[in-house]
Amino acid sequence: MVEFDVRRHVLVPKHEVMPPEKAREILEKFRVSPHQLPLVKASDPVAKAIGAKLGDIVKITRDSLTAGKAIIYRYVTEG
Amino acid sequence: MAGVSADTIRTEVRKLQDVLPNSVVKELENSLLRVSREKAIMREQLDEIIEGVKQAYIDAMVEPGEAVGTVAAQSIGEPGTQMTLRTFHYAGVAELNVTLGLPRLIEILDARRTPSTSLMTIYLNEKFAKSRDKARAFAQEIEMIAVEDVASQTETDLINMEFVVTLDRARMHQKELTPAKVASAIRSALKAEVVVDGNKLRVKPEAPTLSDLRRVAAKAKGVPLRGIKGINRIVVKMEGDEYVVYTEGSNFAEILTLPEVDPTRTITNNIHEIEEVLGIEAARNAIINEAIKTLEEQGLNVDIRHIMLVADMMTSSGEVKQIGRHGVSGEKASVLARASFETTIKHLSDACIRGEMDGLDGIIENVIAGQPIPLGTGSVELVMRREEKVGRE
Repeated sequence: MVEFDVRRHVLVPKHEVMPPEKAREILEKFRVSPHQLPLVKASDPVAKAIGAKLGDIVKITRDSLTAGKAIIYRYVTEG
Repeated sequence: MAGVSADTIRTEVRKLQDVLPNSVVKELENSLLRVSREKAIMREQLDEIIEGVKQAYIDAMVEPGEAVGTVAAQSIGEPGTQMTLRTFHYAGVAELNVTLGLPRLIEILDARRTPSTSLMTIYLNEKFAKSRDKARAFAQEIEMIAVEDVASQTETDLINMEFVVTLDRARMHQKELTPAKVASAIRSALKAEVVVDGNKLRVKPEAPTLSDLRRVAAKAKGVPLRGIKGINRIVVKMEGDEYVVYTEGSNFAEILTLPEVDPTRTITNNIHEIEEVLGIEAARNAIINEAIKTLEEQGLNVDIRHIMLVADMMTSSGEVKQIGRHGVSGEKASVLARASFETTIKHLSDACIRGEMDGLDGIIENVIAGQPIPLGTGSVELVMRREEKVGRE
């Protein structure tokens, strides 16, 4: 029985951990503090799979039905 | 005079990528290329078209301060009035019972732990998907069979202090089980002594007390013999060029680990299970898909942007939150807003006891206070012209 990699599922969009400099750029671009971003828990299966740690910012590239591709960011919190 | 070449169209249109969403850029590119094959497009015309599309997109955007939540609520709520109130339908899959219509929509938005009818759609990997027999065999294997499914009669014998299960021969044969197998399953699950007596199983509790006998009697019927917990009824159906297994009842985590299953496409209609197994983003997608499916099935057309907004709100905290009659659960910070809804006195007196403050940040608070509401143009408090400030330095 092989552990299934959740990232391969059709419902799961692409997640990436942002390097700190990039993350700062994004916060400046939107003029927000990390807590104003949508959140993702550190215990989230995908967050675990990509090795996101507390305080990281995760870039998510969604397949949007309206925009084709949409990029959003989530801030990794406890839980 | 010749028009612009296909390459020019491509490079010019792709410059828009930072301004316009991907799908608009692609659509524009494709239609320009199609037209240019029949009719030459001049350079000025191309510039004008691109500028026009850009402007049209910007004009169509939601303005800052617009009450998108209220618009979404109306846009989903009104069609909701036209939905069936009847819960059960046998739609889509033959024989399977699915909750549809308004009850299902409410269930999705309420983020209920367990939907009233769980349903899984299991896709199989190549080896199993093409063969009817293999798909059937797999379905048989995962269907949960408990003792009560193969018993024709059960009784509690108080004189001999035992619980007697009479097995149904035909059903036992059909499920390929023997009395000995059933006996050993009960023995290991309940730690009770089981005597096989022809077609009867006599289950004796460890200690011959009435309470132990009752415990055994209550649990024996539910002892699983085979299959996966939670998977109750199964239908195998041809879809496209492959066999797909539909199940009533759901156990997402366990099904995904089975080697026969294609784990990348298999889904459940239980949003909480998806959240647990695949994470918050998958749950967002599941909410959108389920809501659209429910609405479309009723012949209603709701712009998906409204549903996407709802799904975004429900998942923005990192876990699926319900949207009930108090809004997105527990988000209302204002005392006055809460008091204006229900049990006014209780909310006000509680707030007094706790010494709560109200910053008058919301709509209702400001209506009560007789001030402009923070919405649309009212949400702007101060505009500073940055150029001027920079210029003076």
